[in-house]
Amino acid sequence: MSVKPRIKLDKKEAKKGELVEVKALVQHIMESGQRKDRDGKTIPRKILNKFTCTVNGKEVFSADFEPAVSANPYIQFKFKAQESGPVVLTWVDDDGTKIVGEDNITVI
Amino acid sequence: MKRSFDRRQVLTWGAGVAAIAALGIPGGPAHAKNDVEEVIAKFTGGKTPTTGKVKLDLPEIAENGNTVPMTVAVESPMTTESYVSDVLVVTDGNPRAGVAVFHFSPASGVAEANTRIRLATSQNIIAVAKMNDGSFFTATKAVKVTIGGCGG
Repeated sequence: MSVKPRIKLDKKEAKKGELVEVKALVQHIMESGQRKDRDGKTIPRKILNKFTCTVNGKEVFSADFEPAVSANPYIQFKFKAQESGPVVLTWVDDDGTKIVGEDNITVI
Repeated sequence: MKRSFDRRQVLTWGAGVAAIAALGIPGGPAHAKNDVEEVIAKFTGGKTPTTGKVKLDLPEIAENGNTVPMTVAVESPMTTESYVSDVLVVTDGNPRAGVAVFHFSPASGVAEANTRIRLATSQNIIAVAKMNDGSFFTATKAVKVTIGGCGG
């Protein structure tokens, strides 16, 4: 299953030192591992447990998620514009698969 | 036209409302039902965090516990000398305390993040921020949940 995350930067171009806001939404079930199916068996946990954002290869923000994060996790944060380059967002699933999304920022 | 309710009735209602308010609004004392204390102690290395600097923004009443918007922001200049490195978010009423940990650096510019969380029941949400100098700050916010968010 290939999922395409939705990523939105509040600006395409930023002055050096200016704050850029990132909003990202990714489709994922975020199964908590607490629920039971009709036969009373526990539904195995499947969550995106790690999120990272890099700008031009440098990490600016990351997060560890627990099952208490809602399905289709939404994340909003800011970073300080330093240099132009790709803004890469990576989510890591419990099974090790990665969901990657990308945008660009130009520093003027 | 006859008045539909008399003075005595109104007084009774007033007392009832006051009683409900007294019971409900403070949210009751938080006695941990899950591993919240252990999770915080592990994060702070046993230190007791100071109240302040952290701002936790959640709705007071969440209609749907499946997806409750949460914003956490920490006051800090976010320079290489003084910045927030990690923010732990936990709850005291979910089956498991942990919600998320946010990692910041001076490159973040500001220590602020927003996500949507699950709340099984009405409970307290606690954020603990770790500064680069090793100090800890905390904030707590009580949320009332109408429909719980853990399925089952």
